[in-house]
Amino acid sequence: MLALYIRDVKLGIRAGGGALVGVLFFLAVIAVAPFAIGPDANLLARIGPAMLWIGALLASLLGLDRLFQVDREDGSLDLLILGSSRHMLPLTVFVKCLAHWTASVLPLVVAAPVLGLLMNMSPLATFATALTLLAGTPAIVFIGAAGAAVAVSLPRGGLLVSVLVLPLVIPVLIFGVSASYAASTQPDPFLPPFLMLCALMLFFAVIGPLAAAVALKGASD
Amino acid sequence: MAETTISGRLTNLANPTRFLELVGRFLPWLAAIALLLTFAGLAMGFAAPEDYQQGSTVRIMYLHVPFAWISMFCYMLMAAAALGTLVWKHPLADVALKAAAPIGATFTALALATGSIWGRPMWGTWWVWDGRLTSVFVLFLMYLGILALTRALDDPQRSARAAAILTLVGVINIPIIKFSVEWWNTLHQPASVMRLDGPTIHPSLLWPLLVSAIGFTLIFFTLHLMAMRAEIWRRRVAVMRRMAAKRAENRAPA
Repeated sequence: MLALYIRDVKLGIRAGGGALVGVLFFLAVIAVAPFAIGPDANLLARIGPAMLWIGALLASLLGLDRLFQVDREDGSLDLLILGSSRHMLPLTVFVKCLAHWTASVLPLVVAAPVLGLLMNMSPLATFATALTLLAGTPAIVFIGAAGAAVAVSLPRGGLLVSVLVLPLVIPVLIFGVSASYAASTQPDPFLPPFLMLCALMLFFAVIGPLAAAVALKGASD
Repeated sequence: MAETTISGRLTNLANPTRFLELVGRFLPWLAAIALLLTFAGLAMGFAAPEDYQQGSTVRIMYLHVPFAWISMFCYMLMAAAALGTLVWKHPLADVALKAAAPIGATFTALALATGSIWGRPMWGTWWVWDGRLTSVFVLFLMYLGILALTRALDDPQRSARAAAILTLVGVINIPIIKFSVEWWNTLHQPASVMRLDGPTIHPSLLWPLLVSAIGFTLIFFTLHLMAMRAEIWRRRVAVMRRMAAKRAENRAPA
């Protein structure tokens, strides 16, 4: 399992710079926002957490379709499924998700504070947003794995995966954004929405790999 | 003997020919009863007294509430069909799921549209991002996603599994819709019919609502059975075409 994790992380970082492209996309989304909304610093600071969340969500959906498709193309997916007699397939999927998260979503979380600076956000709000992204983005990857597995045999499933996954991650978005707002505006407590976000992440960590494993078994011929 | 238990009957239905025969026999009756009940319910709705605050716009309720109920009911039916596909590999479960998705999407869209038409004079806006409206909108998006997925995969067996898994993952949204009005306590009114302490609607308004709800549910079943029948026929035609092509291929070299 550790070998699989290391292999996937290495592939994710080396193969065509997937991680870097994700961060660039994130940067582009955030950079477009002031053009659309206008360079009013106060307004940007107010909508900053929401913009960061939307950008991170879109950027992490971007690479999801490659999660299993690369392995399917070179045949290693069949080997992983065959190996399910030794390791549980959901566990394998879980490890693959973790590797994907480390390689292509963690850079987004690291980049978020820098982009928060561009959005004129206060240090506290920036830090809180980065923290909620750290807790929330794994949920996106886990539930996205189910979507990616369902559409794995489609030649151009990328857009379909995003359409399928987006309605399912809306709760994550709601609690993530409300937690990051609660940190900067005083009367709302930060902890309850943040704990809900963590709970959602753990819940999806169970549901996503299980569903993805069932879908992968069905898709292999 | 197997026909006495429910599972035995369901297994019996697994034969598509028997299913088609049964559907052919019951469908005209079902359709007739459904139309009759719906018209009766709507007529009762028009005869019912107007609400003292809402005036005659309250009558949209006789359409909106059944549509909204059916949009959730249809998803639960699809989830049950998804279980049937994954667990028992019931050959008709997949047909049921695939046939229900467009109907469910239509009813959800109608529920959203009628609600919005009612909301314009009552709330003064076509749309608010209130808990229930948003979650029903998400339900609509999920229906469309399932539709896109079933249309994108051409192998029926593979698309059946994929759609079933997606449906089961999406079922988390149903309790969110049901309880959204209690959790977020926003603009949409809380449940007033299905309550532990009895309905809070006056009987003169409740009865037309119940009758039209049953009528629309029967219409849903009629449409669903018709769609299932069409799907079975479509698959048979596809198989026949493939066989005809194979036969022509075998004949060609000779």
